[in-house]
Amino acid sequence: MKIVVCVKQVPDSAATVVAENGQVSWGDAPLVINPWDEYAVEAALKTKEAHDGTVTVVSMGGENAKEALKHALAMGCNDAILISDPALEAVDTQGTAQVLAAAIKKIGEVDMAFFGRQAIDGDAGITPVQTARVLGWPALTLAATIDVEGDTVKVERSIEEGRQTVSAKLPAVFSLVKDYGEPRYPSFMGIRKASRAEIPVWSLADLGIEAPAAVVEWPQIINPPKKDVTCEIVEGGSPKEIAEALVDKILAEKVL
Amino acid sequence: MNTWVYIDNFKGEALPASWEAISAAKSLGGSVTALVFGSGVEALAKTAFEYGADEVLLADDASLADYRVEAFASTLSKLAAERAPDVILLPTTTRGRELAGMAAIDLKTGVLVDVVALELDGDKVVATRPIYAGKLLQKTVCNATPQIITLRGRVFPKPEAVAGRSGTLTKVEAAAGDVPTTVEGYAETEGGVSLTDAGVIVSGGRGVSNNPDLTPPDGMSDEEAEVWRAQQGFALVGDLAGVLGAAVGASRAAVDAGYIPYSHQVGQTGKVVSPDLYIAAGISGAIQHLAGMRNSKIIVAINKDPDAPIFKVARFGVVGDLFQIVPALTEAFKAKLGK
Repeated sequence: MKIVVCVKQVPDSAATVVAENGQVSWGDAPLVINPWDEYAVEAALKTKEAHDGTVTVVSMGGENAKEALKHALAMGCNDAILISDPALEAVDTQGTAQVLAAAIKKIGEVDMAFFGRQAIDGDAGITPVQTARVLGWPALTLAATIDVEGDTVKVERSIEEGRQTVSAKLPAVFSLVKDYGEPRYPSFMGIRKASRAEIPVWSLADLGIEAPAAVVEWPQIINPPKKDVTCEIVEGGSPKEIAEALVDKILAEKVL
Repeated sequence: MNTWVYIDNFKGEALPASWEAISAAKSLGGSVTALVFGSGVEALAKTAFEYGADEVLLADDASLADYRVEAFASTLSKLAAERAPDVILLPTTTRGRELAGMAAIDLKTGVLVDVVALELDGDKVVATRPIYAGKLLQKTVCNATPQIITLRGRVFPKPEAVAGRSGTLTKVEAAAGDVPTTVEGYAETEGGVSLTDAGVIVSGGRGVSNNPDLTPPDGMSDEEAEVWRAQQGFALVGDLAGVLGAAVGASRAAVDAGYIPYSHQVGQTGKVVSPDLYIAAGISGAIQHLAGMRNSKIIVAINKDPDAPIFKVARFGVVGDLFQIVPALTEAFKAKLGK
């Protein structure tokens, strides 16, 4: 079983993120592997362990994206590839899908490609389906469980209405949700191995593709308007009194 | 401007954000065409006219009985390639998001995802979308056509339905093609209000497990006892939600501790919500949680720690014991709402 898992390096979810001169700034907050992608790595590793295979972790980004790759290596991935090219500076999700699909093809004979459900920076959540479409593979997204039997896979998808069970033939693209199960922590041995890993860097020329034209642009990034709320603390002699006063205030706002 | 609106439905039932997209389409000016795809879904066409669609493209076919993104994307892409709409709007539901993504690849265009505001610059739509879970806003444009845009639910107004209003119904072919996936079945969650559609949400956090007055049944480990306590706490949250017809939410801490399933999580790695009323009980207000709910119209916080960050975004606060306040609120709402 040959597995690829795609990860992204993002500012920690606890970071205070602001727009400064139209640029995104997260101060000195650490960059980490996108939290959703850890579930994808976990699913890739579990599948590898059950079906005897290898996991290659792939990231697109600058040199610092190697940290996300090393985290995935430390969790137990076999090898890592960084895709980096100055021409990818302003790449959009459509372009990202073209590049990742080209990388998956170059790796060759891949049976399963795993993604997190979305990245917590751009929040678009369409790279998995778009990559699947470029590859012409089925997209089994928002998977909470994954069962592989021979060349057939069955997943339970987490959708608005509950769970949907879908099956398909491999190869296929998967995106994972938190219900899949907690990602493992990197082991001590894993961290040592990852810290020594030489991570190959592939350029667009290595992938044999031209820079994808950016269709989507974001000329402006702004801070959301400050919400001026002053909290009115509701007090009273007993819980009943407090509750009644609070209910009156809520009803006066006419939100019910 | 020729704008299409995709009506997302599950087994013939439209998701409300689809109708909101019709009012967003109207705000762009020009004609509005609703897309109704599925099997046995003709009744939705009638509803789409009542909500303001001028035309409906109806692909009613057995091959579209179960939503499979590949089949729906091929049908949408073929129609769009033939008829060249300027803009395609979809609700940011699970299905809408994925359909937009795949169709954009087919049509060599782009998607602006989870948009909260639209303005026009000539014939180009400038969309505003939250990024970093709403910590920032991005103004974004798509330089190809059709401009595919998914709209966040509960942001654009739901249009007034005009009974008997009608328009041009055009039946079109499904173009499902060879669909690589098979839907084996569903396990629908029973009852309950969906967080993203909810007008009112009552959420619980780590604090719901701290009721000192409860004695867990004999023989439980500490961890089991904690979860048991939390479940009693969430029962109080659920009672209040019941009276208000609200959805039940939770903080990441409560989900990670195993108090309540992940589908209830509100926040950066859960659901981003914007109800009219959000009641947070025993939630301190970590930045990840605030990112997911700060756009709620009225926020009410109940917490025993007066310095909890949740009070910074709340309109009303109670510094106190949620195990006393929440049941008292349930009773008070029951009395005042006549339930």
